Amino acid sequence: MATVLHNSTAQPARGSGAVIQVEDAHKYYQLGETRVHALRGVSLNIQRGEFVAIMGASGSGKSTFMNILGCLDKPSRGRYLLDGTDVSSLRKQELAVIRNRQIGFVFQGFNLLARTTALENTELPTLYARIDKSDRAKRAKEALGMVGLSDREDHFPSQLSGGQQQRVAIARALVNKPSILLADEPTGNLDSRTSVEILGIFQRLNAEQGLTIVLVTHEVDIAQFTKRNIVFRDGLVKKDELVKDPQNATEALRDMPTLED
Amino acid sequence: MDLLATLRLAFRALARNKLRSALTMLGIIIGVGAVINVVGIGQGADKQIQDQIAAMGSNMLFVGSGSVNRGGMHMGFGATKTLVPDDVQAILRECPAVAAASGGSQTGGQVVFGNDNWGTTINGVEPAYFDIRNWTTAQGSVFDTSQMDEVANVVVLGETVRKNLFGVNDAVGQVVRIKNIPFKVIAVLQAKGSSAAGGQDQDDAVFIPLTTLLKKMTGDTWLRYITVSARSLQETTAAQRQIESLLRDRHRIRQGQEDDFFVRNLKDMADSAAQASQVMTVLLASVASVSLLVGGIGIMNIMLVSVTERTREIGIRIAIGATEQDVQRQFLIESFVLSVIGGLIGVVVGVGSSFLISKQFHWPVSISPVAIGIAVVFSMAIGIFFGYYPARKASRLDPIEALRFE
Repeated sequence: MATVLHNSTAQPARGSGAVIQVEDAHKYYQLGETRVHALRGVSLNIQRGEFVAIMGASGSGKSTFMNILGCLDKPSRGRYLLDGTDVSSLRKQELAVIRNRQIGFVFQGFNLLARTTALENTELPTLYARIDKSDRAKRAKEALGMVGLSDREDHFPSQLSGGQQQRVAIARALVNKPSILLADEPTGNLDSRTSVEILGIFQRLNAEQGLTIVLVTHEVDIAQFTKRNIVFRDGLVKKDELVKDPQNATEALRDMPTLED
Repeated sequence: MDLLATLRLAFRALARNKLRSALTMLGIIIGVGAVINVVGIGQGADKQIQDQIAAMGSNMLFVGSGSVNRGGMHMGFGATKTLVPDDVQAILRECPAVAAASGGSQTGGQVVFGNDNWGTTINGVEPAYFDIRNWTTAQGSVFDTSQMDEVANVVVLGETVRKNLFGVNDAVGQVVRIKNIPFKVIAVLQAKGSSAAGGQDQDDAVFIPLTTLLKKMTGDTWLRYITVSARSLQETTAAQRQIESLLRDRHRIRQGQEDDFFVRNLKDMADSAAQASQVMTVLLASVASVSLLVGGIGIMNIMLVSVTERTREIGIRIAIGATEQDVQRQFLIESFVLSVIGGLIGVVVGVGSSFLISKQFHWPVSISPVAIGIAVVFSMAIGIFFGYYPARKASRLDPIEALRFE
């Protein structure tokens, strides 16, 4: 696998294309007597329009890093600039607004609200964004259209396949037009063909809309569909390289056998 | 999130666990219903007392023989023999504020008609008594002074006595026997219902001339009571003072010595009766509101369960941008809706059962809008108060932990 080394030392890049700037981020957890050092000084930039895979074994700090990127957590030390705003100094209320407007989440377990239709699930972030009622439905329908689920608007999650549920989750992540899409093991609960389908949606969003996507995975195969791989180990970035020749999901699907029910 | 969407969310969440929501509401329903009921019964009794006292004629005074402790008007009633018919004459003569007075005494006995008999109170009164009490007859007319002087054997029946002895037949003109003495029934009084104080049936009594009672029945020379009417409502206090000083003088009661009689005016009676019923109402209402409190604790309990059950949902909402206030409001509105619906159903149940009680037991029940208002506001407050902690707990959840929750 030919790779190009990527410069991960932070360059103050305001005004440039850097949507994510992390400078010397540390994270400690106090577990009883022992202090767990989950991040030991991570610095990296992600440019607008990148499609990045964050990899690493469990305990490598990748999940902690992801939580910080998603403004669900704050670094104990260091800075995190999202779109030029220093997020590490914001209050909880302001972080909620950032999560709502700037970040789209996709989870491994889909995390859709049960007994709530696909459309209503997709609409959820717009409710918290205090968007007009008429606009809410319009946006949600648009987002569901982007993931190819226009015909499943009134279905409940229990009536949808795993891949379809994950696509609803992607639609939900897109509905507020975020700056970045964070996907935490988005294919972890899916079979390989559906996984590639989901990756295809990511690739399309990345290519067509220039959406910045950060994806956490522990599968090397999955990471090959992205443009850049960052490997964590022991709370540090161990490897940060561009994928020279990313796999194309559409082509990969063509080569895969269709699953019969 | 806007209020409408939050409300819709709350209704949906409650509808999801219908049985659980209903059972939780039951606590509030019972509490609100009980409060409305108790207050309704209390106020109904109070109103009846006031009505009766007003009907009695508000310038009436009551002089009883025997000493009395403050607050208890029947204490020692009739225990002394110092109140005599001459006192009545003296009161009429010497108290300018007094319009009319009637001496009275009573005994118990059977009234017999044919094969039927009825045990009741036999009152001996003067003709003025009926005017003082504002009592009118349903049939016939009451005895007059000449019958009083003749020591006539005539009787005026209360409605209850008439009903029990004569049923649908005419009573006036018939002869009944009281303590083996024949009495001619000359009148039946208009029905009056239960008395204000004590609740005994005022219609369960018969009235004969005072002279007849004293001379032919008890052989007493003293009175148990004197019923007086003041010239006007304003003069009742003056009349009371005049009577007190006159009787103290006549009975030779020295300064500092206890009176051997007592004077009550209607206002006093009304006040003490109202006080008694109010104390009762407050007591019962506070017992009832304990159930409201228990209902509130039930809401809190179920909301805590709900928060735990929905940890993951809360995590999702926080992750996609719900603020602490959003989450807190969601759960607060849920418990609010729960308790308000419970409160409204409770109002319906309370009003309905109040009607049922008044029908079934013939109690006067008055539904007060104030009681309904207070009960509803109280149930809202309970929803907010007991919903606050669970809602706060939900809003403080760590989204990372919450999303991991299975």
